Amino acid sequence: MEMPRPNPEILARKQAVLSRLLQVLPADAVIHDPAETRAYECDALTAYRCPPMLAVLPSNTQEVSDVLRICHEEGVPVVPRGSGTSLAGGALPTADCVILGIARMNEVLETDYDNRFIRVQTGRTNLSVTGAVEEEDFFYAPDPSSQLACAIAGNIAMNSGGAHCLKYGVTTNNLLGIKMVMMDGSVVEIGGAHLDAGGLDLLGVICGSEGQLGVVTEATLRILRKPEGARPVLMGFDDNEVAGQCVSDIIKSGILPVAIEFMDTLCIRACENFAHAGYPDCHALLIVEVEGSEAEINDQLSKIIEIAKRHNPVELRESQSAEESAKIWLGRKSAFGAMGQMNDYMCLDGTIPVSSLPEVLRRIGELSEEYGLPVGNVFHAGDGNMHPLILFDANKPGDLEKCEAFGADILKLCVDVGGCLTGEHGVGIEKRDLMSHQYAPADLEAQMAVKDVFDPKWLLNPAKVFPLDASESRRDVPVAAK
Amino acid sequence: MKPETEAELAEIVAGLTEPVRIVGGGTRGVGGPEATLETSGLSGITLYEPGALTLVAQAGTPVAEIEAALEAEGQQLAFEPMDHRGLLGTSGTPSIGGVVAANISGPRRIQAGACRDFLLGVRYVDGMGQVIKNGGRVMKNVTGYDLVKLMAGSWGALGVLTEVSLKVLPKPEAVATLAVQVADAEEAVQALSTALKSPFEVSGAAFDPQDGRALLRVEGFSDSVAYRAEQLKTTLSGFGEITEVSEPTELWRGLRDVRPFHGQEGDVWRISVKPTDAPDIVTRLETDQTLLDWGGGLIWARVPEGTDLRARLGGFNGHATLVRGDAETADALGRFQPESGEVQALTQGLRQRFDPRGVFNPGLMG
Repeated sequence: MEMPRPNPEILARKQAVLSRLLQVLPADAVIHDPAETRAYECDALTAYRCPPMLAVLPSNTQEVSDVLRICHEEGVPVVPRGSGTSLAGGALPTADCVILGIARMNEVLETDYDNRFIRVQTGRTNLSVTGAVEEEDFFYAPDPSSQLACAIAGNIAMNSGGAHCLKYGVTTNNLLGIKMVMMDGSVVEIGGAHLDAGGLDLLGVICGSEGQLGVVTEATLRILRKPEGARPVLMGFDDNEVAGQCVSDIIKSGILPVAIEFMDTLCIRACENFAHAGYPDCHALLIVEVEGSEAEINDQLSKIIEIAKRHNPVELRESQSAEESAKIWLGRKSAFGAMGQMNDYMCLDGTIPVSSLPEVLRRIGELSEEYGLPVGNVFHAGDGNMHPLILFDANKPGDLEKCEAFGADILKLCVDVGGCLTGEHGVGIEKRDLMSHQYAPADLEAQMAVKDVFDPKWLLNPAKVFPLDASESRRDVPVAAK
Repeated sequence: MKPETEAELAEIVAGLTEPVRIVGGGTRGVGGPEATLETSGLSGITLYEPGALTLVAQAGTPVAEIEAALEAEGQQLAFEPMDHRGLLGTSGTPSIGGVVAANISGPRRIQAGACRDFLLGVRYVDGMGQVIKNGGRVMKNVTGYDLVKLMAGSWGALGVLTEVSLKVLPKPEAVATLAVQVADAEEAVQALSTALKSPFEVSGAAFDPQDGRALLRVEGFSDSVAYRAEQLKTTLSGFGEITEVSEPTELWRGLRDVRPFHGQEGDVWRISVKPTDAPDIVTRLETDQTLLDWGGGLIWARVPEGTDLRARLGGFNGHATLVRGDAETADALGRFQPESGEVQALTQGLRQRFDPRGVFNPGLMG
C-alpha cells in the first residue's frame, strides 16, 4: 500500500512546530521522542507502520482547537486517533504528521433518562458508554466487536456497526449531536438532544467521514432501555445456499431478530476449538437472537424454528440458560482471535445484497483455491455484511501481497453483485485504491468537494479514503501555498 | 420542464440559464421560482427484494404505488411519511423523491428512525448537470462519505434526486394504542417519557391538548402487543385513567398528518426540541392549538398569520420550521431556523460546490 512521501519542508520544521505545541499543551501531552512516537505507528491494521513526527494528547476541546489552529497555520497534516482499533488503517500516520489522540477525553458530561440521551467526551470507549447507564437498565446500541477498547470518536469517524445493528442501526442512527473542532481551530456544534438536527444533515455526512472533516470532541448519543431478555438459537446446515435461504425466509416472515450471524466450516471449527461453545460440525451455522419478555422470546423462537425446520437443519438448538447463551456468543465473538491462532489473517468487510449470498460464497471458495489461501467466513447475515478472513503467513515472502490481491478480488466481487467495499470498518488506506471500482470519477469528486468545504487545505487525515491519484492535486500543494 | 429520463434531466440542468423550483408531487408547499423542473416523469419501482428488505424506485414514483407494492408483501415504509395535502391544502400525488428530499418522518420516528435512517442510496443530478451516485442498496455501507444522508432533507438545494434506495420493514401484525388522561402538557410528557423509558417498545407517543389524552402505541405480533399494552398500563398506573383506543391505525394516520389543524386558519410551525423542554415551549408559544408527537420532541403549533414564532420563543435549543405560511412571511422570517455563523458557512460552502450556479431552489436553505 502506497503512502504519500513525507514533506521534507515540514520535517525540517519539527522543532518549531513542537515548541508552538508546547505553548498550548502540558509537556506530558506532547510526544516527540522517536522512541515514544513509535507507540502510534499503527492501528489494528498492523501490516502497515510509520511513526508520526509528533503525537499530542489534549485534555479538552480548547486544547484540541489550539493544536489544530497551530497545525493549520504551519501546514502540518493531522491524523486523529481514537483508540487505534481501526482495521482499515484509519489512524495510520505519515512521517510528517501530528497524531491527535483523543484518549484523555473520556468524561461523561450528561445523562438524561427522561430524554434518553447521554453526552460524552469522545475518547470514552464504546462499552463504557453503556457502562455509564447500565445501572438504570439502559444501553448504547452500536456494539462493534472491539467495543471494549474502541472510542466513540473512532465509532463516529467510521460509522461503526456491530452484531446487533439489524434492529438498532449503526452509529449514524444513534448519534444526535456533536461538538467538533474544524481544522482551522474553530468549534461548531451540530444537533443536540432533539431528534432531528435542523438544516442540511451535516451530522449525517460527518459521521463516517473517517476523521477528514473535523475532530469530534463531544457527542450526544441516543440511549435505549434494555429489553427484558434475549436468547439465541443455533442452527446448522449442510449447505451455504440453504442457510442463506433460511435467513431470507426468517426476514420475510415479519420477525426482526436483533442479530443473525453466519459462520462457515473453517470458522465453526476454529471457534469450537477456541471457545468450546458446542457448535456442530457442519457447512453453515446460524446464530439467530431475539429479544423481549420470556413469552415474546418463546413466541418468536418457535416461529423461527418452524421456518428453519423447513430447510432440513442438521442441528437446531435453542439456548436453555443464560450460561449457554453466553457460550454461544463467546464462540462467535472470538472468531477473529480463533482464526488468529491458526495463522496471520486479513479481515474483509464487504457488504452484499442478502440474495447474492450463495453466489458470493461459492465464488470466494473458487478464488481461495486459485490463490491457494484458505478463507473463513463469519458475518452479519441479516444485513449482508460479510467478514471473510483470509489466512496467510506474514513471514512467507509474497504471501501478504497474494492475500491483498485475493482480498481485492473479493471486494470487487461484492461491488459487482450490487454491494459495497466496506460495511462497517471504513475505507482507510486498506480499500482506498478500490474506491474507483465502486465509484465513478464524478462520484468521488462530489465526495471530495465536501472535504474541500470543511478542510480546504486538505490537512486532516489527507491520505485516506480517496485513491491517492484522485486526491493528489488537492494534497500535493507546497506548504507555503497552503 | 418534465424530463422522462435521468439523462434528459441531466441535459436540462446543464442547459439551465435561470433558477428553477424542483417539483416532485408538488404537495409539500415549497415556494421559489416560477420555472419548475418536475420529476414525475421519472417513475417506477426498479427493484424490490422483500427477503432483503430493500426497494429501489425512481424519484417521481408515487408514494401510494410504493406503499401498495409493500403492502402486497406485508411490508411498509417504517418511517411513516406524512401526507401534507390536508394540512397545506395542496393537491397532487406525493412522490418518494419529495419524501426523501424533505426527510419526512412520522410518529414512528422515535422508535424506528427518520426517513434518512432508511435511505440506503441515491442517484441525483448536481447543479452542473452531472449524474452522481452515492450509497447503494445494502443495509450497511461506510464506503466513502455518506452523501445519502446529506441529500435527505436537503430540499433540492444540492441536487435533483433521480433514484432512491430504501430499507423497508415488515408491517406489524397487530397494533394497540393506550390513551392516558392527563391534566396538561407537562403531565403528558411525563407519561410519554415514562412509557418510552420502559422496555415495551413504544412506537408512537403523542399528545393532543384538545382532548387531554397522551397516546401510546405498541406494534408487533398479537400476543406481544397484548402483553406490552398490559405492562404499560401497570407502568403508567400513577397517571390518569387509561383506555384502549378502538381504531388505532386511523388515529395515528390523523396524528401523522396533523389532522386536527386541517381547515383551520393561520400559519403552522413545526418545532423540534428535547422532549422535556416541550411543556415550557408550549406555554411560551401562547397559541390556541398545538399537537405534540415524538414523546414531546416534536411540537406542531398553529398561530395567527405572520406571527414571528421564533421571537416568541426567544432562545431555545432546537429548531422551528415554518410549514404553512405565505411567501411574504417565509421571506421575512425564513422557512428554516437561522443557523450559527460556522454552520451557515458550511451550508453555503456545500451549496456553492454542489450547485455553483445557484439554479436549484434558491433562497430555500440558507
